[in-house]
Amino acid sequence: MSNPTPSPKSNTSLALGFPVFLLALVALAVTMFDPLARFGAGLPPDEGLAIERGWTVDTGINVQVRGEGRDPVQIAQVQVDGAYWIFKQTPDKPLDQFDSAQIEIPYPWVAGEAHHITFVTSTGTTFEYSIDVARAETPFNLGTMFDLALIGLFVGLVPVALGLAALPVLRRLGTEGMVFTMALTVGLLAYLLVDTLAEGLELAGDSSGVFQTDVLVWVVAALTFALLMGIGRIGGRPAGGIALATWLAIGIGLHNFGEGLSIGSALTLGNAALGSLLIVGFTVHNLTEGVAIAAPLTRMRPRVITLAGFAMIAGLPAVFGTWVGAFAFLPHWGAIFFAIAAGAILQVMAEVARFIRSLAKEGQEPLANGTAFAGFGVGVLAMYATAFLVQV
Amino acid sequence: MLSRLLQTVSNRRAFLGASAALPLAPLVAGSALAQSSGPVHSAAHFDGMTTVGNVDHERNGFDPNAILTDWDTGTLSIDARGRRVRSFEITAVDIEIEIAPGIFFPAWAYNGRVPGPTLRATEGEWLKVHFTNAGSHTHSIHFHGIHSARMDGVSGAGLVAPGESFTYEMPALPFGCHLYHCHAMPLKRHIHKGLYGGFIIDPDPERHPGDAEAARGRLLGTPENVRWQEMIMVMNGFDTNFDEENEVYAINSIAHEYTKRPITVSRDRPIRIYLMNLTEFDPINSFHIHGNFFDYYDHGTTLTPTSKTVDTIMQCQGQRGIIEMSFADHEPGQYMFHAHQSEFAELGWMSVFEVV
Repeated sequence: MSNPTPSPKSNTSLALGFPVFLLALVALAVTMFDPLARFGAGLPPDEGLAIERGWTVDTGINVQVRGEGRDPVQIAQVQVDGAYWIFKQTPDKPLDQFDSAQIEIPYPWVAGEAHHITFVTSTGTTFEYSIDVARAETPFNLGTMFDLALIGLFVGLVPVALGLAALPVLRRLGTEGMVFTMALTVGLLAYLLVDTLAEGLELAGDSSGVFQTDVLVWVVAALTFALLMGIGRIGGRPAGGIALATWLAIGIGLHNFGEGLSIGSALTLGNAALGSLLIVGFTVHNLTEGVAIAAPLTRMRPRVITLAGFAMIAGLPAVFGTWVGAFAFLPHWGAIFFAIAAGAILQVMAEVARFIRSLAKEGQEPLANGTAFAGFGVGVLAMYATAFLVQV
Repeated sequence: MLSRLLQTVSNRRAFLGASAALPLAPLVAGSALAQSSGPVHSAAHFDGMTTVGNVDHERNGFDPNAILTDWDTGTLSIDARGRRVRSFEITAVDIEIEIAPGIFFPAWAYNGRVPGPTLRATEGEWLKVHFTNAGSHTHSIHFHGIHSARMDGVSGAGLVAPGESFTYEMPALPFGCHLYHCHAMPLKRHIHKGLYGGFIIDPDPERHPGDAEAARGRLLGTPENVRWQEMIMVMNGFDTNFDEENEVYAINSIAHEYTKRPITVSRDRPIRIYLMNLTEFDPINSFHIHGNFFDYYDHGTTLTPTSKTVDTIMQCQGQRGIIEMSFADHEPGQYMFHAHQSEFAELGWMSVFEVV
């Protein structure tokens, strides 16, 4: 007996194929009738050029650019400080959307002064970029890497380790004190979350528009949050103790990687007035991160090696951050790293908040708890106050 | 150890002192870094300060080297009253021109070139300029000369709609180095897009018995005139991104053209430059010669210099004059001349005489 109805499989592909076919028809119709023709007549090409990174080298100034318009953009000439200057573009061709190129300008820049670069395209449109403070190129060698690593350690590992050393003090606290400390952690994290998102969005503003990085920051942060929450719950139970501390360390580690990026790129690009005091400032500022990781561990006796592991997870990324930031930094990547960090921080906040609630079962209603509220407030204020030490 | 990386901006003074020794040495001197190939003259780089590549003059339809000397003397006839009548044909068009290598500008131009044709007549002749507007906007020709209000090239006096034409009639007076430009509104836009040109009236020696020798030296084609190396230089600029500031400066429109192809002049013959300033947006422009001095005749309306032995003069917008100088006692070599606003020089108004 033959089956008069088609198999379910071919039925499905037909059902899928029909809308696709209709879509193709619509696309054809739009192309044929071209309703935009009367609006676009006589318009100049849509050129866009993002200048992603400019830096000084012994032989002049190098700039990384990216096409970001619908039409290709051809850099016809380059002005430095209002003077046409010879340059070399690699690859030497008009830049389509997303295409990037490096421009080498053998310009005798002056250390400690600003230089303004204007790219003139074939239509005479101009795109501008400024090197705020020109300074000798940081050489890519072992010595530099060592110095950067040292800065990373002072900014990341050292403060986290110092913060973890507060564990014995935290142990002496009763339930009330625990609630206060954990709420303090949430406060610290809330500050970090806002700060991280702001950093990410600022970098998104500096990066090429074609990537729509500003939207990406929110989306990546949300996805990271959802993903980490999911992973954290695979065991079926909300995190506490060692597990919660691990999540805290990861979230803070991601944040410190981002912080390292900023410091590394600021150091080599000479865009910031960084000094030893700033490094000390970061150390103080990040001390609180160690306290945050220690908070869930007060009811247990973790081994020193475990604590060292937390310090590494949370602190060492700052070292890698300074390396990447110094030599391979592009703003859209930076923005995405900060977004990931923001998502991770949010996840940790959620977990810690849940932990506070579980603690409070022993006492009374957690949300109306004045202690928790005070802890949160003190946490935010502590971050705000120490942030004055690290204003770039 | 950190101090290596953490030299702070507050150390700026220390940096400034050390700056001279820093990055200068390894810079390229040759054309190795020039983006496009082409015959680039040795002097053209100025240690890197130049536009990169060459302009396609054939595509533009005019060559700045030719513009230097291609006087448009029109056609001469004698009318019924016995007057010498000189007639010119000028058409305004929309045209895209390459004003610096790879930079294209949507120009309005007389006879398809910027600057427009250099009209040259003799004092006292009657001029008829047949103007046709083949452009997309209303245009006119406003002459800097002596004429009636009806011939002024302003509203109600020779403003020409697209597709129409008009004949401007006027005496060739006074003798001198003059100019013409479109006077349709908005004025700034119509001038800066390229509607201007030179208008030279040579003195009639018979009218200047006291200075007949000097007048003959100015009058095109006389034996006294032929020994001069004459050229026109129109100082202009182009605002390519329409922000009311020029991105490109030049003489005769093409940035750095006369550094890439220096103007060859002979030591044996004196030089006369008809210099005019049609730059928009900047109140003044200037001319400075290296290693030499010149006499200057403001507006060219005198036969004796208005400034003697100067090496820099300035002109406001629409001002012009005649420069006369000689390299007779100089070594052969390359002598720069340029705007002494360094800004203009570095944005294209830089040139070289190859003295042989």
